Amino acid sequence: MIALKNLSKTYHTADGEVEALKNVSLEIADGDIFGIIGMSGAGKSTLVRCINMLERPTEGTVEIDGCDLGKLSEAELRNVRRDITMIFQGFNLLMQRNCLSNVCFPLKLAGVKKAEAQKRAMELLELVGLGDKAKAYPAQLSGGQQQRVAIARALATNPKVLLCDEATSALDPNTTYSILELIRSINEKLGITVVIITHQMNVVENVCKHVAILDDGVVVEQGEVGEVFSHPKSAAAKSLVFPEAENIPSTIADGAQKVIRVVFDGAVAAGKPMIAQMAIEEGIEANIAYASTRGIDGKAYGSMLLSLSDEETAKRAVEYLTQTKDVIVQEVEI
Amino acid sequence: MFNDLFSPETLSEAWLIIRTQFPLAIWETVYVTVLATAFAIILGLPLGVLLVVGEKNSILPLPGWFMKALNVIINLLRSVPFLILMILVFPLTRLIVGTVVGTTASIVPLVIAAFPFVARLAEGSLREVNPNTIEMAQSMGASPFQIIVQVLIPESIPSLISNATIAITTILGYSAMSGIIGGGGLGKIAINYGYYRYQYLIMFLAVILLIVLVQVFQSVGTKLAVKTDKRLKNKE
Repeated sequence: MIALKNLSKTYHTADGEVEALKNVSLEIADGDIFGIIGMSGAGKSTLVRCINMLERPTEGTVEIDGCDLGKLSEAELRNVRRDITMIFQGFNLLMQRNCLSNVCFPLKLAGVKKAEAQKRAMELLELVGLGDKAKAYPAQLSGGQQQRVAIARALATNPKVLLCDEATSALDPNTTYSILELIRSINEKLGITVVIITHQMNVVENVCKHVAILDDGVVVEQGEVGEVFSHPKSAAAKSLVFPEAENIPSTIADGAQKVIRVVFDGAVAAGKPMIAQMAIEEGIEANIAYASTRGIDGKAYGSMLLSLSDEETAKRAVEYLTQTKDVIVQEVEI
Repeated sequence: MFNDLFSPETLSEAWLIIRTQFPLAIWETVYVTVLATAFAIILGLPLGVLLVVGEKNSILPLPGWFMKALNVIINLLRSVPFLILMILVFPLTRLIVGTVVGTTASIVPLVIAAFPFVARLAEGSLREVNPNTIEMAQSMGASPFQIIVQVLIPESIPSLISNATIAITTILGYSAMSGIIGGGGLGKIAINYGYYRYQYLIMFLAVILLIVLVQVFQSVGTKLAVKTDKRLKNKE
């Protein structure tokens, strides 16, 4: 378990002090996929770097399985870091080495023998689907492939925790989903705890079980993903759920109508007029207050806000829409 | 002054000098240049590494006064004109080589003049390494020494080779100057025959050979730098 207690981090810059984190407390259970979402500048990157002590918190403690990382020496910390590996937005591969050698890198640091390291590296490259690219150099690979190599490298030392720092932000939507799929399967197969830092709502909805919303260095909400996004309380959470808050009709804002949120998580629904069918089959008139969906490979991704006249209709709409596979429907309180 | 450049007696005299002196002079120039560059790299590369990793917020922060002193010393050595430096380091040369004249003796001032230059070149190359890559290595539990040896230097090899090429061509130019204090090589021939004895043909030939040597070093260096760079796509 990862336990962050009352973390604060203050930077001293030329323009004065900047508080990147303010009294952040989080608990991340073993085997969880935990999302930390926030806008840029919210302190996400600082927070994730405190988990492996690349940044030392000004105050507070970081405990991993009961071990207080703040009390460790640099040398001890280097050993612990083999258990808490990281992937990055920019992949950060060694550009002058081939994929195999990149995956061997953390093993070499740990003093593993070359033959043994290469064997393990090959297994991992197979695991991420790049067994045939062992001799290729990073510059010859696409962004998605580079991130796969980075994932293989991060898994080399059999870590307990995988930190993902905006790992999909530089990738196109299609590749993003395939990388998230890989992360999910790694979490399931190997039982590795995954911490995902992102500013992308769809990333959290796609793979995370729990989420914390970070706003200006403060955790404003945390809990199960469905729970947090269906009852957004804080302004930050609301702006994530309602990306275009200023365009939401006043009837919704007043609470005069019920609102449901429909999330398409790879639903085979791109060619199907779901909302129109609901109107015909169930006689439910839904007003689309917000929609941002896209079809990728015939599957729909994105979300929609529907406003409905009363509680009863909203319930029926939820029941109807939930029948479609990979569609998540929640009633949302504003 | 160039009237009798190609007169029969000049030509025959030049031919004699070319046959008897040039092979040794070329060898001396190459020998001095390569050795001086090698020693300059041995001294300069670690200094360049220190200049990068010793900074505040870098991987191996060293005391501020030390970094300041290091920078001042490097700048000082770089600002002394080579001709003066050659004379200034006579005592050191005598200590190391046993004499201050001759080809081998000229290696000492060359190394002293070149290693601060090499340190700055190496510093520039190492700074090109993406800081995110260094952070990655730290996140994998790499020690500062491992980062230097396994990340910083290997990742900047193509750039280091390019800069080593700049260093070797510059040192070649300096080595020609050492002819003044008795160093051997093409520089000595150019000065002795061209300047002191007005045999301009010999001087021109020596200069042309120096140009050819620079071209050779430069094109070999550039080829090597391109060949080692794995960032260039579509290359086997």
